[in-house]
Amino acid sequence: MTAQTHSAAEYALELRGIDKHFGAVHANKNIDLKVEKGTIHGIVGENGAGKSTLMSIIYGFYEADQGDIAIDGKVLKIRDSKTAIASGIGMVHQHFMLIQNFTALENVVLGAESGELIDDSLDKARTELNRLSDEFGLSVPLDQPVEELSVGFQQRIEILKALYRGARILILDEPTGVLTPQETEHLFKVLDSLKAQGTTVILITHKLREILAATDNVSVMRRGEMVAHVKTAETNQEELAELMVGRKVLLQVDKGDSAPGDVKLSVRNLSMTDSAGVKRLDNVSLDVRAGEIVGIAGVSGNGQSELLETLAGITPVDSGTIDLNGHTLDAQHPMNPSQVRKAGIGHIPEDRHRMGLINTFSAYEAFVLGYHRNHEYNGALQMKQGAIIEDCKEKMERWDVRPQDPYLKTANFSGGNQQKLVIAREIEQNPDVLLIGQPTRGVDIGAIESIHKRILEMRDAGKAILLVSVELDEIRSLSDRILVMFDGTIVGEVPADKADERTLGLMMANIVPDEIKALQAEEPA
Amino acid sequence: MSQHRIPAWITVGVIPLANVAMAALAAALVFWYLNINPLDALQAMVYGAFGSSYGWGYTLYYMTSYIFTGLAVAVVFQAGMFNIGGEGQAYIGALGVGLVCLGLGGHVPFIVLLPISIIAAFVFGGLWALIPAWLQAKRGSHIVITTIMFNFIAASLMNYLLINFMKPAGTMSVESAVFDPSSWIPKMHEALALIGISIDRSPLNLSMFWALFVAFAVWFFLWRTRWGYEVRAMGSNASGAQYGGISIPGTVIMIMIIGGGLAGFMALNVVQGEAHQIKLNLVNQMGFTGIAVALMGRNHPFGIVIASLLFGFLTQGGSELQFEYSVDARIVVVLQGLVILFSGALQNMMKHPIERLYLRVTSNRRKASEELAAEA
Amino acid sequence: MELFDSIILILDATLRNATPLIFAALAGMFSERSGIVNIALEGKILISAFAGASAAYYTGSPWMGLLAGIMASVVFAQLHAFATVTHNGDHVVSGLAINILAAGLTAAVGNYWFSQGGNTPNLVSRAEELNARFEPIVFPFADALADVPIIGGIYSELLSGHYILVYLAFLAVPLCWFVLFRTRFGLRLRATGENPQAVDTAGISVTQVRYLALLVCGVLAGFAGVYLAVALTAQFSPNMSAGKGYMALAALIFGKWRPKTTMLACLLFGALQAIADRSQGAIILGFEVPVQLVEALPYILTVVLLGGFIGRAVAPKAIGKPYVKERA
Repeated sequence: MTAQTHSAAEYALELRGIDKHFGAVHANKNIDLKVEKGTIHGIVGENGAGKSTLMSIIYGFYEADQGDIAIDGKVLKIRDSKTAIASGIGMVHQHFMLIQNFTALENVVLGAESGELIDDSLDKARTELNRLSDEFGLSVPLDQPVEELSVGFQQRIEILKALYRGARILILDEPTGVLTPQETEHLFKVLDSLKAQGTTVILITHKLREILAATDNVSVMRRGEMVAHVKTAETNQEELAELMVGRKVLLQVDKGDSAPGDVKLSVRNLSMTDSAGVKRLDNVSLDVRAGEIVGIAGVSGNGQSELLETLAGITPVDSGTIDLNGHTLDAQHPMNPSQVRKAGIGHIPEDRHRMGLINTFSAYEAFVLGYHRNHEYNGALQMKQGAIIEDCKEKMERWDVRPQDPYLKTANFSGGNQQKLVIAREIEQNPDVLLIGQPTRGVDIGAIESIHKRILEMRDAGKAILLVSVELDEIRSLSDRILVMFDGTIVGEVPADKADERTLGLMMANIVPDEIKALQAEEPA
Repeated sequence: MSQHRIPAWITVGVIPLANVAMAALAAALVFWYLNINPLDALQAMVYGAFGSSYGWGYTLYYMTSYIFTGLAVAVVFQAGMFNIGGEGQAYIGALGVGLVCLGLGGHVPFIVLLPISIIAAFVFGGLWALIPAWLQAKRGSHIVITTIMFNFIAASLMNYLLINFMKPAGTMSVESAVFDPSSWIPKMHEALALIGISIDRSPLNLSMFWALFVAFAVWFFLWRTRWGYEVRAMGSNASGAQYGGISIPGTVIMIMIIGGGLAGFMALNVVQGEAHQIKLNLVNQMGFTGIAVALMGRNHPFGIVIASLLFGFLTQGGSELQFEYSVDARIVVVLQGLVILFSGALQNMMKHPIERLYLRVTSNRRKASEELAAEA
Repeated sequence: MELFDSIILILDATLRNATPLIFAALAGMFSERSGIVNIALEGKILISAFAGASAAYYTGSPWMGLLAGIMASVVFAQLHAFATVTHNGDHVVSGLAINILAAGLTAAVGNYWFSQGGNTPNLVSRAEELNARFEPIVFPFADALADVPIIGGIYSELLSGHYILVYLAFLAVPLCWFVLFRTRFGLRLRATGENPQAVDTAGISVTQVRYLALLVCGVLAGFAGVYLAVALTAQFSPNMSAGKGYMALAALIFGKWRPKTTMLACLLFGALQAIADRSQGAIILGFEVPVQLVEALPYILTVVLLGGFIGRAVAPKAIGKPYVKERA
């Protein structure tokens, strides 16, 4: 840490001893932070490190149990977002805080009206927004309902909202998760021009590359604690990664060569339009062979989730054909998720809370979800509860799910153990094909390694595995081949040994480098 | 997050009791305002409901109806939906029971008629729930609103049928003919008289046993069969259920038919067991009260039996009050409203303070024992 | 001419029937647009009818009745807010509790006060020299024009001679539109019904918006109840709301949560009621339609609309969900 010689007023924001509990969870532990005026300050940390909680405290969304917040050297009590806004703090949340059926203009005005009637407010805001968007390159259609606008536009509206309220400190929480690299680049330009005008920017992310590209200073959080403050120019990706996880991470998993066998999963010209009429999958074709892992890379929201859910029988197919382990699935031959399972397909869903688990169920009930109609678990009327519990105990032991209590509610297991529960359930049914989405999301480092090992074991046991993840490192270290998705299409294929970050990054923005094009020309899929 | 540290005896014991106590306190204020000593009122209610075999008879008779309408709400709630249509479903269930009794009564023996009327009650009630269920499953119409609308539609339909088809010629009041006595479900006092036990005459009839059996069957269905598993999975996490291969529309329709059918069973008690004819407005808010019963019973069949007894007590004990104190009989409705308010609408008001108190007490105790351990 | 007269009579009754529905549906609009499901309109109408009739009887003034009715309804609406907003209670259960409580309290307290089986005494009584009912407003020259063909029917019969609350109901429609769509309060209220978290992060208190929304709801529902007891009939009788709160809710949904269309739905439902009241059945195109079908039509139409068979009713997105700050 560098010696601090600044006087207090040079800090736009200063936190002293911020502490926050949520029930039994200690989300923020005695946090100190100093953010210099007119800089871009990055805060990195793993998922669940407490970054978002900390920012929500600064923004008055939560109240800290202890500690002080000082803005421009003055200690303030920020009880609600109103106080935070009045103190010049603006925040762009990870999930946008927009009223979907309001226009951009109405969204900006909401909470910052100039009088009892809104017509004046709207006129005033229009003039001001035109000025702001010219100045910072933030043009948006002002009179269209937000729900009709792209994610990029919606994010601009969020930034405009903050600026319109006179924000001098702008907090952005994981702003790039939904953006392409190009949009990200544009965002960083906007941030630079804000900085040039004297605005202080706090950028929260778990992506190290962005921290290095965009910030002046960086603070690192780990398990609720602030573990380091460094100047960006004086650090590098490896050091930050180590600080984030607390020890040297093996970014590369040891794995042998794959021995691909027969094609077990084959997709041809698959398209899918969602209920809002948006085309989510556009002419997707791919093959997965026994004994290989095919990774799907892409910025989240480019059709990966829809691909997995369509293959799993959750979303119906519009057009195209899927061959699932010898069974045809298309518009004429729909299959529901239980038929897909019977065909020998296991599915580890992207979001275990939304799909993989029923929070109120006991562990033993969770262990049969999707297989609860199987013969071995059922009598004529009654489910064979004794057998199910025995089965559950065995699997919990084999997979080291802790605590080993079949009666415990799934909600009360830790994230890593919940994920093990889902993975164990799907793998123990011994499927031929595994669809895996975000296997390590919200899982601690120790569990990540063991989950990765299990996935590789499945590959070596001859299973065909399709892996979707937004973590490029995960995709690169596990996959034998990598397909990149953009806007519902597959942009191209990269062999694992050619998959460096730059290549994948470009392809995720729909730009295929020449050498990859050349590769694809040689061996047509 | 802290929920798993709250033991069950607090969640299913202390908190519901605290809620009822709050309701009782508010009720006491109402009594006091009406110039009735609350303790005297309580005594009169307890005596009225439990002081004689006559009082017991009425209390258990009401309990029987509430078990059915409470279960009708609870099973659907286990699937994550709100069935406010018990009122209409029970009314149409009565139509089924009435048609069977009017058509077959006197022609077939009771032992043949009873299964048919049970099935008719279930089928008629279930079918009345089918349209809202189908609209929810296939068209996404909100079932709370559609079931409310169907209560009114049922009332108009029954009104029409009674006036135009079921009212015997020459009678003034809007009600069907009285069923043939051979189709009546025996009264408890008659049945017990056969084995030499003498109790007072009351509307209580043998359908009470059916209610208790059905409560058990519902428990078995929900917690021991794969269909119940699917219902609970959907109620807790619909997309998780879908991932698990459970058909959401299918489950919605199945559970609503079951819910409607359970409400329809109420007619066995009220129509086939007591009134012996279809009367206008025979459900008389008991479908709505079923919501309160389900709430108090925490949507669990065994809880519902207990809550039904409580509401049976309120209904019978409350109606005794009018004789004792010349207070309006609808004081019962006030008591029911207060129970719903404090046990349902305001259930978190007591929950959070009690949980916090418990956590504080236990953490102090833990700290104290840790200190002791450290000293040792 | 007979047909014209009976049409005028039906339209006249339509206005009378639609008035409480319009007040109650607008009341529901403020509540539901802010995200609170309102099946409690019935109870709010009932309690205000009772309080209105009682106060009018004791004071001899319908205006005091209006004031008391509004106050009672507001108290219940704030209780509704206390349950649903402060304690995150289930909206449906809270609404039900209010309805049942109102039904019981009005009857029990009414009987205690007046000993007339839950009724209030008649508000117009020669013996007591009491006239606490609203007087009809007769337009200028209405009497003079009454016998002029067509114009007399429309002006003197249909438009003139209603209680002031009828005219207020129709004035309330554009007023409510203005408040909802042209004021800061309306903007915030609509936003709260769509996405309360966004409202919270914009520095607006969701709690405050919803309490205010229910306050307005209480005031409007108060007008509906007082109209029933102090204008339409000159007496409160138990359960006199008779499902009007639910029908108003149906009209609100049928009107897709918008003021003008909701008013039209109220007029339609009021007309159906007028037809049902006039006859033992209506002859339409040679078929005899049972009066019960006409009565049930508002509910049937609403179900059909909800089924998406005639247009689509899109409810406010956050309706029915208690707003709880989630853990990040």
